[in-house]
Amino acid sequence: MSDPPVRAEGLVRAFAGTPVLAGVDLVVRAGEAVVLLGPNGAGKTTLLRILALLLRPGGGRLALFGTDARAAPPALRRRIGYVGHESLCYPDLTAGENLAFYARLFDVPDATARIAELIGWAGLELAAHRPVRTYSRGMAQRLALARALLHGPDLLLLDEPFAGLDPEAVAMLQRCLGALRAAGHAIVLTTHDLERAAPVATRLAILHRGRVAWTQEGAPEPMVVAAAYQAVVAGRA
Amino acid sequence: MRRALPPLVCATMLAALWLVFMAVPTEREMGIVQRIFYFHVASAWVAFLGFFLVAGASAVYLWNGARAADRLAEAAAEVGVLFCTLVLVTGPIWARPVWGVWWTWDPRLTMTVILWAIYASYLMLRAFGGEDEAVRRYAAVLGIVGVLDIPLIMVSVRLLRGIHPAVITRNEGGSGLVDPWMRAGLVVSALALVLLAAWLIALRMRTARLAEEVAALRREALAHGGEAA
Amino acid sequence: MRGALAILAKDLRIEWRTRESLASVFVLGVLLLVVLTVAHDPTPEAAPALAPAVLWVSFVFTGLAGIQRGFLLERENDCLAGLLTAPVDPADIYAGKLAANVVLLGATQAVVVPLAGLFLHADLWPVLPGLLAVLLLGNLGFAALATLFSAVAARTRARETLLPLLFLPLALPLLIGAVQATQAVLAGGLGAAREAVAVLVAFDVIFGVAGWLLFAYVVRD
Repeated sequence: MSDPPVRAEGLVRAFAGTPVLAGVDLVVRAGEAVVLLGPNGAGKTTLLRILALLLRPGGGRLALFGTDARAAPPALRRRIGYVGHESLCYPDLTAGENLAFYARLFDVPDATARIAELIGWAGLELAAHRPVRTYSRGMAQRLALARALLHGPDLLLLDEPFAGLDPEAVAMLQRCLGALRAAGHAIVLTTHDLERAAPVATRLAILHRGRVAWTQEGAPEPMVVAAAYQAVVAGRA
Repeated sequence: MRRALPPLVCATMLAALWLVFMAVPTEREMGIVQRIFYFHVASAWVAFLGFFLVAGASAVYLWNGARAADRLAEAAAEVGVLFCTLVLVTGPIWARPVWGVWWTWDPRLTMTVILWAIYASYLMLRAFGGEDEAVRRYAAVLGIVGVLDIPLIMVSVRLLRGIHPAVITRNEGGSGLVDPWMRAGLVVSALALVLLAAWLIALRMRTARLAEEVAALRREALAHGGEAA
Repeated sequence: MRGALAILAKDLRIEWRTRESLASVFVLGVLLLVVLTVAHDPTPEAAPALAPAVLWVSFVFTGLAGIQRGFLLERENDCLAGLLTAPVDPADIYAGKLAANVVLLGATQAVVVPLAGLFLHADLWPVLPGLLAVLLLGNLGFAALATLFSAVAARTRARETLLPLLFLPLALPLLIGAVQATQAVLAGGLGAAREAVAVLVAFDVIFGVAGWLLFAYVVRD
């Protein structure tokens, strides 16, 4: 079997001495969509940023597509798309200018057509010539997603992507993620909102106190997950 | 090694004090006040060495993340700024009776002030940079950049007052020291201060390590306390 | 290299787009010029001698203010993460930002220098090529050091207050060289400034290379 997009073993990370991740093991294969749940402070954002090669783990091993994350050649970053809490787009530039900038950085072929395609997909045609500063939360989120998809990554990492989206945007995001997963991409997303993420998930995991405390394949019943969540947080799992 | 330092420091210090105040002859032109020269120059050498020590430890820290290297850089900077301050204090004490002025912007003094300022900015960064691991990296970068600045400082301060002849000339280093007792005085003083600096650095590193251990224990205790409750 | 050019273009575009707040940097430069001149209250004969020092003190403070903006704009919307998740070498980020800062410093000088000539009765026209060369060398060194440390300052708790503390002691050789070179150029053209220019070139090379190599340690967590 070829190298999985994500193979993490025993990831550890602390900030100012306080441990945030205390040994996370995670394997994500192509075509999988892993949804990470967990209370605040469980380490979801930290884990995602480590997977995005934004942070270095304090210990443990991480291999993305078979390559050791410590080596992290530029080619590896081309295969990863990251959507964070914030849009990663310059507020004083327009959507088109932001995407054009990232297209240059990622060396996207046929950039103009690709940008037009994504702007249309994100429904931002009318706003494309206004600075991002003027966008609503939903519009900024869609732009952030477009930015992450611009270079056609094989691994997509999303940090609470459903937060602040209206139902129509939620549905669009769910369709998009479903299509990407079906096309063989790997997805890891964190969320507080199980209901919105559940339709997309092929696996659920609960992160608690820096460890994966519970995991289940398939798309389990929300009731089951909620019960497991309570158990984990109460310390019984 | 660490056990040997305190008695060694005491011994060399006593030897230096004896030499400087008893054995060394009074300098012809400047009189008794010239005796400051031995500790003044020795302090300057230690301050200089400290800079290189900070840079070296910083480079090691950036290379392999060894905490001990970071503690060494911090300790060397603190001790270095101490000795640099001594240079800036003993200098005017010497200058006033000899030249009639407390201060002048001649190349060496200017350079010492700039070095002091760089040391001080390093300590400011450590103090106000925050608790995060990243501050150690930033401080290490500053430590390395600081030492790279030294040749530039030495060259640029000679540009100052280039057209005006140096109002006050100084002969330092070996040029004024013909007398063997004077040479011995300088060497032993230098040795004493280097050993003293080494001892202070070792103490400071130990304090830093203990502080880290205490902080770790405290965090563990809080974590376990939270779980029990 | 492509990354550096893209970042340079992006930064210049943003500076142009937000030129209203950029104007405050220019105004600061002019104000400093006025304040320093008035504080000396020189006679028309004595005034030109003040020019080198007054100019470079103005440039230092406006330069720091301007360069600090450059990293604050990467803090908004976590844009630095965007740069760091891209296949771009941190050294290229440094090069791009350095180039943008040099342009920014030059733009400020284009406003302040002619005004200084006016206020200080200094005839800059005949020595213009030499003066421009000195300004460029000074800007390169300034930006090389300030770009590195504005990244540090932007990522610490103390932010803007820290940058002058970190930058000024290290930049003193540059300041000395630049003032001496400007003085020599105003007196007798570029040839007279050879020693000082050598200091500037050395500064530019040493800190350009140092920044290039060390920037990765500042931005990569």
